[in-house]
Amino acid sequence: MEYNGVWTLGEARDGEIKEVSFELLSRGRKLADKLDEELVSLILGDDITDEQAEELIKSGADKVFLMNAPALKDFIAENYSNVIEDLIKEYKPEIILAAATSMGRTVMPYIAIKTDAGLTADCTELDIEEDTGNLLQTRPAIGGNILATIKSPNHRPQMATVRPHSTKPAEKNESRTGEIVHLKLDSSLLDGRVKKLGFRKNEGDGVNIQDADVIAAGGKGMKKGENFEMIRELAAFFDGAVGASRDAVDRDWISYPYQVGLSGKTVTPKLYFAVGISGAIQHLAGMKTSENIIAINEDPDADIFMVSDFGIVGDLFEIVPELNKQLAEEVK
Amino acid sequence: MNIVIPIKQVPETSNVKMDEETGTMKRDGVESIINPLDLYAIETGIQLKEEYGGTITVITMGPPSADKALKEAIAMGCDEGVLLSGREFAGSDTWATSYALSQAIKELGDFDLILAGERATDGDTGQVGPGIASWLDLTLSTYTSKVVDVNLVDEEVDYTSTEQDSIIVERMVEDGYEKLQLPLPALLTVVKEISFPRLPTLRGKQRSRKIEIPQWNLKNLDLNEEYLGLNGSPTRVVNIDHPKVTRGGTVIDVREDGKVEEAVSKLIDYLKSKELV
Repeated sequence: MEYNGVWTLGEARDGEIKEVSFELLSRGRKLADKLDEELVSLILGDDITDEQAEELIKSGADKVFLMNAPALKDFIAENYSNVIEDLIKEYKPEIILAAATSMGRTVMPYIAIKTDAGLTADCTELDIEEDTGNLLQTRPAIGGNILATIKSPNHRPQMATVRPHSTKPAEKNESRTGEIVHLKLDSSLLDGRVKKLGFRKNEGDGVNIQDADVIAAGGKGMKKGENFEMIRELAAFFDGAVGASRDAVDRDWISYPYQVGLSGKTVTPKLYFAVGISGAIQHLAGMKTSENIIAINEDPDADIFMVSDFGIVGDLFEIVPELNKQLAEEVK
Repeated sequence: MNIVIPIKQVPETSNVKMDEETGTMKRDGVESIINPLDLYAIETGIQLKEEYGGTITVITMGPPSADKALKEAIAMGCDEGVLLSGREFAGSDTWATSYALSQAIKELGDFDLILAGERATDGDTGQVGPGIASWLDLTLSTYTSKVVDVNLVDEEVDYTSTEQDSIIVERMVEDGYEKLQLPLPALLTVVKEISFPRLPTLRGKQRSRKIEIPQWNLKNLDLNEEYLGLNGSPTRVVNIDHPKVTRGGTVIDVREDGKVEEAVSKLIDYLKSKELV
């Protein structure tokens, strides 16, 4: 088959390469080794330096395809799609991985249609099928109740988005070498229809809960918005983020970007505190793939204790302050 | 302003069963509902119609019984429904689904806006909305959390205007909100923050009972058969696993003995054992 090589689609904002780009490289390296093919990190942006691109090489890329242009500063789906589609047609990669982020989950389906490619969303495991060399893509569906493995046997490239935080970023090897290929933007590919008018950062800490290693989340049991202060305090010990159940968001105790669950965000942190959250199936769907789950709730029959690794049944207004106190001592 | 809303009928997620042999969902005996995330698209459409006029057409692909979802949307305030139904659509993945829906939407004639839910709660892909935009070469805003403004150019007043109809929206990204201006026709996928869905009205229910839902398929719609159903789908489900949900972790009950300090110190030990503190 003429298609060859594994590509990962890196992400950058304001000239900074995002962590998720390095996670994709640890996925991509494994696949490229199994196929004995080249691993390319493709990254579009405005002012990404060669020094930063080198970091991608140290993290496993054999080549970096770097395209800098003022018109690519902001992610505009139509522009990015046109540019990437054009590169796919020229270089014919066998596999393309992107992060299952607001960018990846927008641009990948747009490209998959144009390139007649199979695309699997939000994968948590990737592997190569022996004998055929097909990409095996495993993803949770139906609120995490099933894990489906999917392949695209007759279409190339094989495309997948990968859930952020579902793997560790690739370890850096300072002595690794590779090639940085500077690509020039063909400006006829710019769509020009959609204009970005502005950007407003999230209120408060501005921490993105999907990037956080640790999340402390509160639910209906918090009783009022001010009580989230102790959740913030708990999260702060771990440099973590605050999350919330739908109940807490619907009561206006905290804003929607913090909502975890079916109608909010899906998160996979190393550590998840569920405080005063009963564990409705819709909430569990958004957090049950967390590595460690700690539940604090006064109802011993709450479903959250079924998915927790460690639970305390009791009054959260006694337990959380005590936890914060003991954590403060640990930190000291 | 004419609006099209593709929706999906999904099983109540709390009790879904899978057919291990085919890897598809067993839909018998499970109650079907409108995908909860589509309700925000429907509500947004109705609000825009209330302000700017026009009609709303809801469209879905599914078994003949999926007309129930369309009627429910009509009971909320949508005007027309179209059902894509036929064996040829069976086994469609997101590529083939977005193809079939986009061809049906083309057939509907002129529209200004397509509104879709962020994703369906069963498949969880979120790929059909952007897929339809791609097939129809529409401008796209995903994760749309707010309609800021709609500019409709009145051609009768100023026919020399080079301005185009457009919509200004906010879309939710990881660390904040982007504000975008999209010329119409555009496709928006929306998140919960955009609206609070209304309940069906009595009048709407009466209307939905009477309304005829046309069924479209290969017989009456211009479709490329090679792009339909399982045959037209690039992806194949090759295995289904049921991950263990329960973890059987430690649970300490302090309600009776009040030994909060001790329980918390055990929790700290647990966190230490996992190198989390």
